Amino acid sequence: LKGLLEHIGIEAGRLYFSWISSAEATKFVAVAEAIIEEVKALGPAKYLIKKRAKVA
Amino acid sequence: MLEYSEKIREIAGKLLKKGTVDVFIGYRKGTVPMMNAPVLIRNPEGVHLLHWDSHCGLNLCNYITKRTDKMGIVANGCNSRNIVTHVIENQIRREQLYIVGIPCTGMINHRAVERAVGLREILEVEERGGRFTVSGGDFEEEFEKKDFLQTNCAICTHRNPVEYDEMVAEPVEEQKKVDAYKDVEKTEKMSSEQKWGFFTRAISNCIRCYACREACPLCYCPTCFVDESRPQWVGKSNDPIDTMTFHILRAYHCAGRCTDCGACERACPVGIPVRQFTKKLNKDAQELFSWETGLDLDQRPPLDVYRPDDYNAFIR
Repeated sequence: LKGLLEHIGIEAGRLYFSWISSAEATKFVAVAEAIIEEVKALGPAKYLIKKRAKVA
Repeated sequence: MLEYSEKIREIAGKLLKKGTVDVFIGYRKGTVPMMNAPVLIRNPEGVHLLHWDSHCGLNLCNYITKRTDKMGIVANGCNSRNIVTHVIENQIRREQLYIVGIPCTGMINHRAVERAVGLREILEVEERGGRFTVSGGDFEEEFEKKDFLQTNCAICTHRNPVEYDEMVAEPVEEQKKVDAYKDVEKTEKMSSEQKWGFFTRAISNCIRCYACREACPLCYCPTCFVDESRPQWVGKSNDPIDTMTFHILRAYHCAGRCTDCGACERACPVGIPVRQFTKKLNKDAQELFSWETGLDLDQRPPLDVYRPDDYNAFIR
């Protein structure tokens, strides 16, 4: 899925997969923080965003 | 090519008379040129309808899903690979099928032919050996078949059926040294922005008719995710993002299962290059799992099995 989304134009680094056991709290924190950093660096998502219908 | 028709009729007649099969699934000549239609025949008297030429681009595998009777079916390379996939996915049992194998030299791209004659109305297309004549009210032109192959046929490396009970002719020579993924590689080199632009333009004409899904033998779910309304996975209007979501998911549901038969692209009424989505996944399946769909009845597909050495570079 990551491969296809990136092929279509979603930036590399916007989608992550990880395997973390419920006993691995520290790994979860580390991965989450790293991802937040990287996604922040990419800025807001540009593609595949559905515009809400404007209600008058 | 045309002599195949005679042979198919002969085999179908024999099978139906003997009662080896209850129904024979093949193609008949379409009511408009270059559009052959699928036909199911139950009586030996009906076999004269059966036909084969370079316009049999629809995939007959759609008609065998979950049937309980015994069937005869004509199958060229890609169709036979779809039959194998159906057997692997428990949609049909191999014993129910009598496969009449057809060595295939590719299908003609009807859109390219229409363009070649300047979109004039074509009334008849006649095939002789490697050439075919297109004629209409006030014109007649002759073309070389190899210049008008469907894009998936031009890169096909499995022209002969992989699974069959009887062949109508000697196997044809397989194409070698084809660069199957040239177009995918070109897209891969683009930036995110260019890629998004490319695919957005590609599907901009989509009318969400789901012809690609209907034509695809892999799409046999009783209720498709786009038709469900509780929960509603994806919007049903032709909002560009909903349309993109449909195309991404349609392709993804075919990951590791697509045989690149080209039925989706042929069926699309507005000419969207829908194979550009599935081809990327075929390329991934080949590169990451050395997998080509539907070649072996005993091999499970890559997304169906776990191996300790599976590709997992994307997990962190």
